[in-house]
Amino acid sequence: MTDAARAAELAARGSYGRLLALLSSRTHDIALAEDALAEAFARALSHWPAHGIPDNPDAWLLTTARNRLTDSQRRQFRFPTVNEIPDMPSSELADGSIPDRRLSLLMVCAHPAIAQDLHVPLMLQTVLGLEAKTIARLFLISPVALSKRLVRTKAKIRDAGIPFALPCDDALRERSTAILEALYALHAHDWQDPAENLGDEAFYLADLLGRLIVDNAEALGLAALIAFSHARARARIVDDMLVPTDEQDVTLWNDALIRYGKRQLHCAYVKSSVGRFQIEAAIESVHIARKETGSTDWLALNKLYVALLKIAPSVGSLVAQAVVTGRLHGPRAGQEALDAAETVTGSGYQPLWAARADLQARAGNHLAAAKSYDKAISLATDGPTINLLARKRAQELNK
Amino acid sequence: MRYTFLLYTDPADLSDMTPEDWQAEKEVYGAYIGALQKAGVFVDTDWLQPVHSATTLSLKGGTRQVQDGPFADTKETLGGYFVIDVPDLDAAMVWAQKCPAAKTGKVEIRASAMGGE
Repeated sequence: MTDAARAAELAARGSYGRLLALLSSRTHDIALAEDALAEAFARALSHWPAHGIPDNPDAWLLTTARNRLTDSQRRQFRFPTVNEIPDMPSSELADGSIPDRRLSLLMVCAHPAIAQDLHVPLMLQTVLGLEAKTIARLFLISPVALSKRLVRTKAKIRDAGIPFALPCDDALRERSTAILEALYALHAHDWQDPAENLGDEAFYLADLLGRLIVDNAEALGLAALIAFSHARARARIVDDMLVPTDEQDVTLWNDALIRYGKRQLHCAYVKSSVGRFQIEAAIESVHIARKETGSTDWLALNKLYVALLKIAPSVGSLVAQAVVTGRLHGPRAGQEALDAAETVTGSGYQPLWAARADLQARAGNHLAAAKSYDKAISLATDGPTINLLARKRAQELNK
Repeated sequence: MRYTFLLYTDPADLSDMTPEDWQAEKEVYGAYIGALQKAGVFVDTDWLQPVHSATTLSLKGGTRQVQDGPFADTKETLGGYFVIDVPDLDAAMVWAQKCPAAKTGKVEIRASAMGGE
């Protein structure tokens, strides 16, 4: 798909999410709103070519979908959660814009009464309009099983009366965190399995969230983190092979996204409420700085990983810090840090073996490095990672 | 070493499926098979007819006993299998985690007892 086509698709998604959020916040019935909106889009396709595109396409779609909703509610009596859909106050459309209720919709998607593994699929389906079939393929889940769970969950949202209003204070913070966690999971999934190309969706939602909850420093931090990662996407996989961050061609990095990330991170920083996503974004910004300075500031990375491990320990950052230690204090110190990390990660963690192989190679222990690469390859499941590890392994065997 | 994944799923999840549903289901498994092949670990797989078509046979005790149905009646039934060739259980577990059946059912991982490569 061309960049322009992709941009058009994302713009269409922008109105889809807005319209669905508005329609479902009125009825609390996401499935019904989805059906009505799908019919409105279908009508637009048959109506617009003959009669011309209306001045305000979104308002046309909204009115059409709202009429469908009223019809179908009259036709089939459902649970009387909403007796009648209120008329659209004219002020809402006075300036031609659709009010944005997407944050409420995201809050519903990440409600604690909904299974955590459904948060991301629900967000992708309702806010971005992705089909269940597409989501299932991206995550390698049975499409039928996923569709059934999504249908059941939407019925639960309707019948259990999960509110579409924004919660206040503590609850708002807790729910915002749930949305951020879901977006981070989406980003991490894309990052670990780059072939699936979910980066645009993760970035779109992170940017949206950063604008919807402006006073949340972590939302801005996550938007920065995803922007920085996304900025390096083109340099990260070349000819179906993963390229390590410090070997990437910086001219392929996207300056607009880098500027965006810096701006978001700065806005987050001045709120002086530090958190995990801001630190991870700061780590990315240190890598990104190589484009200007020509080198990687391993000392700064070490400080950030120490802070990250204190706030949000994870196997990934444990291994990453051992790598940084290796760069700062030599391969032996790095190996010791990795051995300590292995007691936490277990022996089945691919990045641990890739890091170990790299340190063994730097220490001149080429055969051991090749063996560690063998183990890392056996634990990798995506093509670009396997290809990188295989190339490094071959290099070691030739030494 | 060869490992077999036995995929246990609830047949109720797959009831009343349209041809389009089957097509979507096949695409997801196709993507998984593609990943296994790309990594060079794929050996074999099969998708089994539903458990109501199972026949269980035994000669234990000297007489032939034929049972119409599966050996054990459980909610989750054996729906298919994968055979992969990876160095150890760590690697087998990584691939089992990626298997679509693991997300909606259970995947039993069994190492081959035949030995050798």
